[in-house]
Amino acid sequence: MSAPDGRDGVADLLQQLCRALTTDLAVAGVAVNLMSTAGSDGVLAASDDRSRVVDELQFATGEGPCHDAYASRRPVLTPDLRSVTHGRWPAYTSAAREAGLAAVFAFPLHLGAVVLGVLDVYADQPGSLSRDQVTVALTQAQLATEILLDGELVTPDGGPDHDLSTTLDHRAEIYQAQGMVMVDLGVDPTDALSRMRAHAFGNERPLIDLARDIISGFVLPVDA
Amino acid sequence: MVSTERLADVFVEVADTLVDEFDLIDFLHNLADHAVTVSGGSSAGLLLADHDDSLHYVAASSASARYLELLQLQVEEGPCLDCYRTREPLITTDLSRETRRWPEFAPRAIEAGVHSVHAFPLRLRDRVIGAMNVFGDEPLPLEPSDVKVVQAMADVATIAILQERAIASAEVLTEQLQGALNSRIVIEQAKGVVSRAHGLTVDEAFAVLRTHARNNHLRLVDLAHDVVTGRVALPRS
Repeated sequence: MSAPDGRDGVADLLQQLCRALTTDLAVAGVAVNLMSTAGSDGVLAASDDRSRVVDELQFATGEGPCHDAYASRRPVLTPDLRSVTHGRWPAYTSAAREAGLAAVFAFPLHLGAVVLGVLDVYADQPGSLSRDQVTVALTQAQLATEILLDGELVTPDGGPDHDLSTTLDHRAEIYQAQGMVMVDLGVDPTDALSRMRAHAFGNERPLIDLARDIISGFVLPVDA
Repeated sequence: MVSTERLADVFVEVADTLVDEFDLIDFLHNLADHAVTVSGGSSAGLLLADHDDSLHYVAASSASARYLELLQLQVEEGPCLDCYRTREPLITTDLSRETRRWPEFAPRAIEAGVHSVHAFPLRLRDRVIGAMNVFGDEPLPLEPSDVKVVQAMADVATIAILQERAIASAEVLTEQLQGALNSRIVIEQAKGVVSRAHGLTVDEAFAVLRTHARNNHLRLVDLAHDVVTGRVALPRS
């Protein structure tokens, strides 16, 4: 498989991810949508047409679990659409049920304050995901986040850039440095992290080492 | 010896958090502070587990306690990790006797001035979501009844963390815990922003954020979110 190229490459990777996750979880389908980037809200990839159409309804109706997951920056898990609190997502819920779907599990694709989109898992039978299934879904949501954050830095075999998956105690420093780069360069959090990763990649240094340098006062060059 | 008067304050505060939507990270920092005053220890720190059973640092009463928590994560051993696995309180009054058990952690913790370390699981029914350490720069013996009291604090804190009103479903547990872990990231990002914008250290930046949130009755995580997304700029102090 060749390295992804721009938005289409990212969409292709995400479609593979949706299909693989559908199989792994033995569910009806998976969709990944983008939120909040002006003008481009909507479904970016889906495992199948039904999931894509139902997921897209959340943007037509302006309601649904992806909006709640986006706003709360946490998963919104609905194991039985029949039990959705009355009036919460009336149009979306009835359309999803008419399409034969019974449950939806929404996982935000986020990194701290930044929410890029939401990964929605659809099931055609009501019922909770097991803890193992939740673990798989969260892991794939994290991978989808990394793909969205920086498509061109995804390794050629489609795997994640492992710098972002370094041990968790290191992460605090990466996020602190990310906030510092935002101020240093006047960029948004996504851009700040992209520039950090590009700089670390270009200089063949672990991201955590660069983060520590930034905390110690190093300022990334503007055109890095 | 546990201070019952201070304990009463803790439970009042925890009860308050159960009423409204509350600020989890600020609450955990307060819990670490309370664990110190109630137990007579010198510092305390907390780790929470994610969906993969990996532990993350979430809060500490001091920079040295944070160091001790991060140290355990880095060397992948120590009382917090053992306690998380065994789900039982772990009392160690003399750390110098445990260098065989924790060959990496114990010498470095002793070098940092730690004499005793106790660990308490954050548990709800059959589920453990993390662990809390209380460090002492002296032996800090805890009676069995004291252990029960500190564990009760940890139990109540767990309920507060999971905001369990009645019978929390597995869905609610996942939603709350994932939300809490992401809140931690938002706050780290905000620390970086405030640190650079105001010429402060990361720790000073955190203190500024906490103070500003308290003085303006904001949830720490909401303030941090607004700082990172550029909705507010903190006034220079």
